[in-house]
Amino acid sequence: MTKFEYDTAITGIGRSDIGRRLGRSGLDLTVQAARAAVSDAGLTMADIDGLVAWPGEYPAAPGFNGPSPWRVKSALDLELSWHLACQEGPSQFTPVMAAAMAVSTGMARHVLVYRTTEEATAQGTGKRVLTNGADQGGVTGFLQWHRPFGAVSAANWLALNYQRYLHETGSRREQVGWLAVNARRFAAGNPAAIYTAPLTIDDYLGARMITDPFCLYDCDVPADGSVALVVSAAETAGDAPQAVAIEAVGSAVSARTEWDQWRRPTQMAAQDAARHLWSRTDLKPSDVDTAQLYDGFTFLTLVWLEALGFCAEGEAPAFVEGGRNITLGGALPLNTSGGQLSAGRLHGWGHLYEACLQIRGEAGARQVDGAEVALAAAGGGPHGGCLLLTKPR
Amino acid sequence: MRDRPIGDGMTRAAGELPLPRITPETGFFWTSGADGHLRVQRCPGTGRWIHPPRPDSGPKGEYTPVPTPVSGRGTVFSYTVNHQPFLPAIEPPYVVAIVELDEQEGLQLMTRLINCDPEDVRIGQRVRVVFERHGEVFLPLFEPDTDVNTGAAA
Repeated sequence: MTKFEYDTAITGIGRSDIGRRLGRSGLDLTVQAARAAVSDAGLTMADIDGLVAWPGEYPAAPGFNGPSPWRVKSALDLELSWHLACQEGPSQFTPVMAAAMAVSTGMARHVLVYRTTEEATAQGTGKRVLTNGADQGGVTGFLQWHRPFGAVSAANWLALNYQRYLHETGSRREQVGWLAVNARRFAAGNPAAIYTAPLTIDDYLGARMITDPFCLYDCDVPADGSVALVVSAAETAGDAPQAVAIEAVGSAVSARTEWDQWRRPTQMAAQDAARHLWSRTDLKPSDVDTAQLYDGFTFLTLVWLEALGFCAEGEAPAFVEGGRNITLGGALPLNTSGGQLSAGRLHGWGHLYEACLQIRGEAGARQVDGAEVALAAAGGGPHGGCLLLTKPR
Repeated sequence: MRDRPIGDGMTRAAGELPLPRITPETGFFWTSGADGHLRVQRCPGTGRWIHPPRPDSGPKGEYTPVPTPVSGRGTVFSYTVNHQPFLPAIEPPYVVAIVELDEQEGLQLMTRLINCDPEDVRIGQRVRVVFERHGEVFLPLFEPDTDVNTGAAA
């Protein structure tokens, strides 16, 4: 098998300030994260010859998108041999995979990849548009099957899967709530997390419903922030102070891509991406020291746990109940940054940043002892992508 | 209630909701309720029902799917009671559901359930279509089907 992954390395990581309603532009946050990442890689902007973002500025969704590569190129005075932005693809990690393929094919040597969001600020000013762009002239595309019925948020769409999952498996919300409790516990050790006050399972069960069975604490926290990485050609990684190797990517999709056409509640792109990832490596789920699994909603973490083989189908709620399996010293320390539930919604990029920190041994109070293999997964519905990261080979 | 003329007395002002654009591909679906019938594409070769609409069907794409009336009856496949005021046009709580139509296993669509207490909605519940008119758009919503009382779980 051709493994383009082995031609690449993550040589630098950076992030901006992250918080609620920072009141700064997405471009400003992106520049901050980008400078941090490039500096971390031991490079200068003159070394960067590739640039990729998820999703770019189109279709227009102010607050959600972040700045386009064109604008970031100008702001950073980059000279590029290759650039891209794309929303449809194997999850919010699409740019990392695309960057890796670009360096593997020789299109670029050092690709800056980033994800930026200003959702908290946009929400505060009433300009957040639920990621969907404008409805002028009538709703088209996949949204026409949802928005006219009041199903306007991914919370609504995924609550339908979650309700069916509870129905079919007999699982209970008070089991799943431990994902939120675990996230908050880890967030207390993350200086960049947004919410760090202790959260109990009783707090969870007493929270207001958003869209049944999702309560407030099943939903992640809109944030302002930017995360950037540098994906470099592997032969240059020796110059980087702290490189992380990409062992395998999972990008497949065979599931229906319409949010209302699934038949099994966990039948999403996550299943296909996970299967694909394990087909590209000799490592096994049991080799993973820590997992950073998407938690835009708690239910999506259940889906990833089962898709990736950490739990049998229908057994993720029992696995996370009580929190022992998923904390430090447990079978699978999970979402050690506090995830999006407590550290803020960076669309998988907080998870990716944390996975790199864990491999580098820089996760502070929440460091998994001796972590050498980390898994980061992002997305729900038709979006599904995952990355298996290791110490340098 | 079940004999109420479909589409009458439920007219809302256009523009309150995010309404679908009438396009060549999907217009038949959104305007179908004008004569009281929900229509879904059907393959003239295989007899299979198809949703969402697509340009061709059959093993080699040799057929043009035909919008065809369905019974408008089905079963709640899953649902969520939305409490968050996402849209000014619809007062929460309201019920979003995926309904599986009787015509074929897996023939399903997202919709809103009306004329019911959100507390009473269950997976497996029998429902039937009722149209809410917005200008030329007839939104296919669903209500409990009082002709049957199965109470069965899916």
